[in-house]
Amino acid sequence: MNTTVDARGFSCPQPVLMTLDEITKVDTGEIVVLVDTDTSKENVSRAATSKGWQVKDVQEEGEGYRITISKD
Amino acid sequence: MSQLKNFFATRWGIIAVGAFIGAFAPLLQEWGNPGNMGICVACFERDIAGAIGIHRAAVVQYMRPEIIGFVLGSLIAAYLFKEFRPRVGSAPIVRFVLGAFAMIGALVFLGCPWRALLRFAGGDGNAIFGLLGLIFGIWIGTRFLKSGYNLGRADKTYTSVGWLLPLIMLGFFILMLIFPPIQGEAKNGILFYSAKGPGSMHAPLIVSLLVGLAIGFLAQRSRFCTMGSFRDLILFRQTHLFSGLLAFAVVAFLANLMLGQFHPGFVNQPVAHTMSLWNFGGMVLAGLAFALAGGCPGRQLFMAGEGDGDAAIFVLGMIVGAGFSHNFGLASSPKGVGPYGVVAVIIGLLVCLFIGFTMRKK
Repeated sequence: MNTTVDARGFSCPQPVLMTLDEITKVDTGEIVVLVDTDTSKENVSRAATSKGWQVKDVQEEGEGYRITISKD
Repeated sequence: MSQLKNFFATRWGIIAVGAFIGAFAPLLQEWGNPGNMGICVACFERDIAGAIGIHRAAVVQYMRPEIIGFVLGSLIAAYLFKEFRPRVGSAPIVRFVLGAFAMIGALVFLGCPWRALLRFAGGDGNAIFGLLGLIFGIWIGTRFLKSGYNLGRADKTYTSVGWLLPLIMLGFFILMLIFPPIQGEAKNGILFYSAKGPGSMHAPLIVSLLVGLAIGFLAQRSRFCTMGSFRDLILFRQTHLFSGLLAFAVVAFLANLMLGQFHPGFVNQPVAHTMSLWNFGGMVLAGLAFALAGGCPGRQLFMAGEGDGDAAIFVLGMIVGAGFSHNFGLASSPKGVGPYGVVAVIIGLLVCLFIGFTMRKK
């Protein structure tokens, strides 16, 4: 099942904190993170990668991005 | 375009930008800016406050083109790379207050984080206490962040909202062209200038503006942030931003050596005092305020350039804070802290703790 983190409207470091919170909660699987700035997109991707997660997909959505990260 | 975009988000990208700023700050000093103050965002915003008469400290009045360039350079980069995102509404009044107290703290130390590093890279040992204070203030901020502190969501807004601070900066620049500084004069038209002191020391207008624009452009692309460097290191053990800060400091040190601007010691350092406790204390306040507001003063200017109206409010808070600093005798001078500087730092810390403790969601 997909969990979604809606970090739109938040600026650094909240999107990263929210993503890392979710990562510790679910441990493995797939997480969708919604952000609305390029900075947040880069930061979330960087943080997820450093925790051993993969950035599977980044799609533009509305005024922001839908980032899908996963870990088996 | 997209390849370039990726480059600045990489480790080498942020290192390159840090090195660029680290090289040009000492050069600006060589070209006329005050000692160990090639670039100081807090000092330069304070000088702008003086130029428009918000305070009347005669020695620190100048419409610094670097600050104008930071905002406009970031605006240009944001538009070129389609990152201009007008947004506002994340606790603006809190950002204003944090900006004002950040400035008050920074002026007790006599410098923003950039200048703390530049002072250190120029051999000013007092900067060590400022840097330790900065790190401690940011550390307190990370405790709040860990316990759920945040300023709430911003909302997308009209394009014109994001344009207001860049337009104010453009207006300042036009004023400067209409009323340029006249050698030895304390005023031209409606703008105040310094006949002597740090405010009278500046690189040529066009040089300051061009370097400012370049730094604004590059820093928008790379998200260079001194507060974020320490915050991410403490909070996430992440060294990305920190590597930019390190490059900034190392290159500034080497540039100072080459330019003959490295003078190690504690006494008689340019625009500095030796009261270590308050060099530390002032920066604890500034560091905490930056951490709670999500960016160092430079970063706030760059975010304001890409449409962040809340960052713009923080900038205005800093400029007004400079007014309070000098009008109320809070700012330090080479003689030491101002008569009410210590009280102001304590009040500022209490206000920041109040904000930190009461704005937590979990």
